[in-house]
Amino acid sequence: MSEMFSRNVPDSFNILKEVTVGIAGCGGIGSNVATSLTRSGVGSLIIADMDLVEITNLNRQHYFQDDIGKTKVDALSTHLHNINPDLKIITHFGKVTRRNYLDLFKNVDILIEAFDLAEEKKWLIEGWMKNNPTLPIIGGSGLSGTGKTELLKVQRSGQLTLCGDQESDMSEGLIAPRVIMVANMMAYETIFQILKDRKS
Amino acid sequence: MITVNNRDQLEWSPNMTVQDVLNHMGHTYSLITVTVNDKLVEDEDYDSFVVPDHAFVSVFHLAHGG
Repeated sequence: MSEMFSRNVPDSFNILKEVTVGIAGCGGIGSNVATSLTRSGVGSLIIADMDLVEITNLNRQHYFQDDIGKTKVDALSTHLHNINPDLKIITHFGKVTRRNYLDLFKNVDILIEAFDLAEEKKWLIEGWMKNNPTLPIIGGSGLSGTGKTELLKVQRSGQLTLCGDQESDMSEGLIAPRVIMVANMMAYETIFQILKDRKS
Repeated sequence: MITVNNRDQLEWSPNMTVQDVLNHMGHTYSLITVTVNDKLVEDEDYDSFVVPDHAFVSVFHLAHGG
């Protein structure tokens, strides 16, 4: 076992290193989920995003000043390899659409919905559930503003898990700890589901 | 009796649809995902999908931000 993961939960490394997670969107949710999954020992990620890093991203997303102007997928890939050089990453620079998402994420064990817009969350979540009815999808909804921490929740039904307060909207503004909390709820749910399924 | 979001109990009636459940629960959000017994119900089926007695209905509200 890699020394890096010697303090992981016992028996988790050998399971997580064989897993591939897809991440649709590399903003506040996606960049932070990817970081936590990498630190946890997930072996492979497929990350997709159409944006370049802007200075306004740095208040909550896992990027740095010298990333500005780079594609998010390339900047994130660099940071993730700085954490774990053995991580396998496939990047897609471009928009995730109804036409390409099934192909982009065809080899994943679990998909993370990390879009900004609710309309896009809906088509991705429901499209995934229709087309891949046995593969989990974990989404985020309600991570904005400065609401009480105890309003954040995890709701599950079948293959779908949704994290967040399901109320707050990004028009309320976004602040790092709340965004990253929800991202880490999603990352933990990913780990939880993988280990639950593989150990049982 | 049906259970909504693992919390609310609702008296079941024959031919009760997903839309009836949403109306009973007062859901007004425009962007939601609904499951009945862990299976997706698509928007266009809300008016016709009949919820069986003892069903578990989940309503997920999708809010902007990511």
